[in-house]
This record gives sequence, structure tokens and C-alpha cells, in this order.
Amino acid sequence: MRDDDLVTVTACPDGPLIIRGPASFIAEDGTPIDQPRRSVALCRCGASAIKPWCDGTHKRTGFTTGGREPR
Amino acid sequence: MPARVRPRGPLSASLCALLHRRCPPPEAPQRTGHLLDAAKKALAATGNVVEDDDLQLSLFLLYGLMYGSLPWLDASWEWHPDLIATRALLERAFEAQMRSAATAEDPPRADREAVAAWLFAATAPTPGPDLARFVARSASRDQAREFLIQRSIYTLREADPHSWAIPRLTGRSKAALIEIQSDEYGGGDSERMHAAIFARTMRGAELDDRYGAYVDDVPAITLASQNLMSMFGLNRRLLGATVGHLAALEMTSSLPNRLYGDGFRRLGFGVDVTAYFDEHVEADAVHEQIAGRDLAGALAQDEPALLEDILFGAVAGLRMDGWVGDRLLHAWQEGRTSLRPTSRETIRA
Ligand code: FES
Repeated sequence: MRDDDLVTVTACPDGPLIIRGPASFIAEDGTPIDQPRRSVALCRCGASAIKPWCDGTHKRTGFTTGGREPR
Repeated sequence: MPARVRPRGPLSASLCALLHRRCPPPEAPQRTGHLLDAAKKALAATGNVVEDDDLQLSLFLLYGLMYGSLPWLDASWEWHPDLIATRALLERAFEAQMRSAATAEDPPRADREAVAAWLFAATAPTPGPDLARFVARSASRDQAREFLIQRSIYTLREADPHSWAIPRLTGRSKAALIEIQSDEYGGGDSERMHAAIFARTMRGAELDDRYGAYVDDVPAITLASQNLMSMFGLNRRLLGATVGHLAALEMTSSLPNRLYGDGFRRLGFGVDVTAYFDEHVEADAVHEQIAGRDLAGALAQDEPALLEDILFGAVAGLRMDGWVGDRLLHAWQEGRTSLRPTSRETIRA
């Protein structure tokens, strides 16, 4: 079952979190961040130059999320 | 009057002569049979389809009929049997050359994650000099504008070549392609359409933003890069290749676009010019994840027979992109233009 009101967060191996659906993004100082598109990628490697969004830098730094044995 | 193009050899000359007229009705004398012979002769004479100006311009015009991207090409020619036969002949040679230049090493299993991992490995950033770094650090203002001219052949119609795949896919890979393309087309806002954002970049750099304005100026390899996508997109038998091509394109976009944006900022261009590159850093970091797993990976798993072509499309796109990049880089490193010498005054109809 999928509730259409729920935002989906998808973890990408060795990469960002993809957020699908309308969500509120709040910066550290409490100011809202505009959601630029329906699906956004949140950086989880810490190296992006456009945080909170992913800019692909995780591919340069060799970031791994681990535990990705094929089932 | 819209801009037309100048032929680059006997085949494109025959083609231009025909296309400047209206297509005759089916019962009238056709006078198109010579095209096929001209195509056979041109193919027999060339040693390199990818770099052949006459062949690539001819293919570009034949595909232009399908897109409607060049307004002077009359739609009545679109399905003319002799034009289709000519196209098929050129495509066979083009595809054969690309297949021999683009072999996929160590192919993965037809499994979503394995295919995505293979694609990410194949597109992993490499150290060393490349076009994006050159633009970021060294390109002159003229070279930066030249780069936009080269890119305009695809980017003023960005996303269109891969959209031909939409009705040919089903299920989750179709949903994934729609998710990517919807963003490419502005998500319901025509101003945010990537092609429209790029048109603003062209205008901001004082360039002509009409599609095809610079066809005469770009070398065969630039047309070949567009033709590769069109060939994949317009042939259902190459569906896998279209998907693989798009995945590779998305996966090699964020990091270079960051550098392109830096280069244009360094040269003092404004936000109207750089917005396009910044948009792609952010958007394609999302698209590459969707394209790798939900599009290419899922399609390979759902239709394992397409795996080989998914990989071929990806590698072919990477090769082509490499050739185009080298072409620009080498010209600039030698202080030459990467564009063709044309007298622009004579090319307006
Ligand atoms: S997760 Fe992509 S840059 Fe951090």
C-alpha cells in the first residue's frame, strides 16, 4: 500500500537520498529552502558544494554507504 | 525566411535540392531514386562515417524531417520511401562503426543494481585534462561562446531525442523516463524547460537562439553526436541503446556542468548565462540516480534481451562525447577555432 500523501525517501547506494513529493526543507538557521523540483537529491556524503542538495561530488570522493551485497 | 543549410558534398547537395521543394504526391513522378545511389557512392567513398561531413549532414537533415526542428523542411517528406531507404542505408554504416568502436567490457548480470553499478563505474570521473576543466580554467570568451554554438545543436532541443522511447517502454522503466523527461521539460513550466533555459544562455552570450542557426558552423562530429541520439531514438530496435545513452548522459553531467558554470562566471557572464549549467548540476544529480537504477537497471532486469544494447548505447554515447570534447580541446590548445570556416553572409536564404 502506498499513501499518496507520504513523501518517499529513497536511499541510493554510495550516493544521495532521493526525496519524491512536496516536502518542507528548513536550513540550520530556520529559514525555508525552496524545493527546486518534484524529486530532489539530498547530499549524504557531506561533500556537496550546493548543500543540502547533491551535486555528484560523492562520485569523486569515493563515498560508500556500505552493506550493499547483492541479495 | 528561416536559415537553410549549405551542402557539404554530393549526397547532401542532392538532398538539399529535393528538400527545398515540396514533396510530390504519391501518384506523380518522384525523381528521388538517385538519392539511394548517391548514398551508396558516398558510403563507398568514405573511410569514416562518423567524421564525414556529407554523410552526417545528410543524416541530420533526414532526422530533422522527423523532429520538425528545421522549419524549412516540409513535413510532407517525412515518410517518403526513398528518403527512409537512404536513411536506413546511412544508419547501417553509422551503427556498424559505432558498434565496433564501443564495446562494453565485463558486462553485468541483467539485474537492476548490477547494471546501475556497472554504469556508474563506466562513467566514473577521471582525473586529467578534459574539456570541462579547460572551460573552467583557461577558455577565452570567444571559446566559451564557441562552446555554446557547438552545444546548441543538441541543447536547443534538449531531451527530445530520448523522448522517442516513451511509447516504446512500459512499466517502471517508462515511469522513470517520464520522471526524468518531465523535469527536462520544465515540470509544467515552459520557462523552466531546459531547452528554454539554454536559449536564454545563448541570448545572454549574444548568440542566435533559433534552432539550426549554427548548423553550417559545426563540424561533422557535432552533427554525429546529435545523429547518434536520433538514430537510437527513432529506431525501436535500438530502444535499449537509447536508454543506455540517456543514463550515461545523465551520469556525466553534474560534475562537468559545475565546471562549465565556473568557467562562464570566471569570464564575467551573468546569471542569465550560467543558470543553465547550475540547473544541471542539481537536476542531473537526481536524474543520474533515476536513470541508472529505475530506468536502465530496471529495463535490463525486466527485459534481459535489451541488456547488451543498453550497455552499447552508454558506451557509444561516452565515446562520442569523448571525440567531441577532444575535437574542441585540441583545436583550442592549438589556438584554432573548432568551428568550420563558413561565410555566414551567403548561408541565409
Ligand atoms: S551525496 Fe552526492 S554530493 Fe554528497
